[in-house]
Amino acid sequence: MTTTTAESAGDTTAVTHAARVAHVSKSFPVPGAPGGQQLVLDDITLDVAPGEFVTLLGASGCGKSTLLNLVAGLDAPSAGTIGTAGRPALMFQEHALFPWLTAGRNIELALRLRGVPKAERRGEAERLLELVRLKDAHGKRVHELSGGMRQRVALARALAQDSRLLLMDEPFAALDAITRDVLHDELTRIWQETGVSVLFVTHNVREAVKLAQRVVLLSSRPGRIARTWTVGIPQPRRIEDSAVAELSAEITEELRGEIRRHGRD
Amino acid sequence: MAGTESTTTPPKADVPDLAGLEAGLDALDTVPAGRRTPLRETLARKVLPPVSAVALVLVVWQVLVWARVAPEYKLPSPSAVWDELSTAWLEGTLLDYVWTSVSRGLLGFLLALVIGTPLGLLVARVRFVRAAIGPILSGLQSLPSVAWVPPAVIWLGLNDRMMYAVILLGAVPSIANGLVSGIDQIPPLFLRAGRTLGATGLRESWHIVLPGALPGYLAGLKQGWAFSWRSLMAAEIIASSPDLGVGLGQLLENGRNNSSMAQVFLAILLILIVGIAIDLLIFSPLERRVLRGRGLLVSR
Ligand SMILES: Nc1ncnc2c1ncn2[C@@H]1O[C@H](COP(=O)(O)OP(=O)(O)O)[C@@H](O)[C@H]1O
Ligand SMILES: [Mg+2]
Repeated sequence: MTTTTAESAGDTTAVTHAARVAHVSKSFPVPGAPGGQQLVLDDITLDVAPGEFVTLLGASGCGKSTLLNLVAGLDAPSAGTIGTAGRPALMFQEHALFPWLTAGRNIELALRLRGVPKAERRGEAERLLELVRLKDAHGKRVHELSGGMRQRVALARALAQDSRLLLMDEPFAALDAITRDVLHDELTRIWQETGVSVLFVTHNVREAVKLAQRVVLLSSRPGRIARTWTVGIPQPRRIEDSAVAELSAEITEELRGEIRRHGRD
Repeated sequence: MAGTESTTTPPKADVPDLAGLEAGLDALDTVPAGRRTPLRETLARKVLPPVSAVALVLVVWQVLVWARVAPEYKLPSPSAVWDELSTAWLEGTLLDYVWTSVSRGLLGFLLALVIGTPLGLLVARVRFVRAAIGPILSGLQSLPSVAWVPPAVIWLGLNDRMMYAVILLGAVPSIANGLVSGIDQIPPLFLRAGRTLGATGLRESWHIVLPGALPGYLAGLKQGWAFSWRSLMAAEIIASSPDLGVGLGQLLENGRNNSSMAQVFLAILLILIVGIAIDLLIFSPLERRVLRGRGLLVSR
């Protein structure tokens, strides 16, 4: 079901991957480092299938945001190739809504930049706001919204790009636990309704397990793919489900092992 | 529970209570809309203090006159200045003085706006231009624009063009610099967000950069107006000529030539009042509107 929705999103060419990351490395120039370069990502190969939900998990500073920026096309890899079906949508930890526009206008700007004719924008923005259950928020200013509402408007704006791939960089990390939990359920619902592919970055193991079909664990310094889990637990999942807890415990153990390696040298 | 096969078709989520829970969270966490302050309160908090301050100045002034700390030709009484004002009003010349200067000032300011805005955009967005003229532009801000009056008179003669030239040299750097610092202060996150939405080149300038820079730009406009007005007054005082018409600067200079201290005081007061009025009527409301719309105005 998700696969067909993704294909009907527009392109006539057969889409086999929403994102294809092949042997990607990234280094940054750092004055003190050996060779003047710090290797942040090393030989990352990762595919995201159409309609798939993948979470990218790793300790802080391991290069998750760097990888997401590369996939978003905001930066270029030092080696390797990245292919995506169209320009991906990107959501940040901070809502990144423009404070000079209302919630609705933020979404309409995304529609406008995508080339949606003026007459259709208002209706489409209303529809997207309704999708994130904020149908009365069109005329609200960003500062009048709560943290959770801002992230939902930001999600609606990202969806307004009508991209087949949604990149999310710890979008719920700054929210309180209850709000975050609610937004997990919303995101899962919207993902199922729209069939969009999601590459979701987090350092929160339970969040990764709750949302994903596949969890990819990144090691630190340099960031490499340490291990991948396929999550077979049926949705809807709850954060306190024993199956979620069990897999989270296993992944946490692995993540701790990765982190401990750095304490030894 | 690490499954080995992937679930490509996710089963339908059914969380019936989600909408209600979410509505509750939204209601609890939303900032209540601020109420409009009633007129009485506005009067008491915004109008009363400055009015009292002015009254106090008048009282002190009158007391100094009564105490004869200085002779009449050095310190005219408030009533003498008031007489000067009502004479000018009755003769119908008062509004002419004010209008001559204000129309010059505003027209010059609009010209400065038209030149300063694209200049600021260029300096902020084109690295070569910034390196080439950025430092000069900010240096010009600290050069008192009176310094331009003598060369402007020599190049352009004693006419309105010379007045406008002096205004432009005073205001353009402020406006351009205001825009530059407004652009520099845009959070990089907005630029990245704009780029992922597909805003590049001119569309980025129009949809992201200019609105993002608006608070800094407005601060620059405000300062630009202050500089316009100051340089105009300097030009009017230094360069008086019969064909220029009598503005507030000439009024002041004429008062000095006629040894009429009351007229000098009247001119100074009018210059001050016009400067404050334009700021209060145009720039402050504009700035408040922009800041309030962005939730940046903290009511005290
Ligand atoms: N533009 C940059 N220049 C130099 N180093 C950078 C840059 N961006 C990120 N890094 C470094 O790359 C590493 C990974 O950063 P990041 O991708 O933000 O980590 P994460 O998102 O996983 O917390 C960090 O050590 C950071 O210092
Ligand atoms: Mg990060």
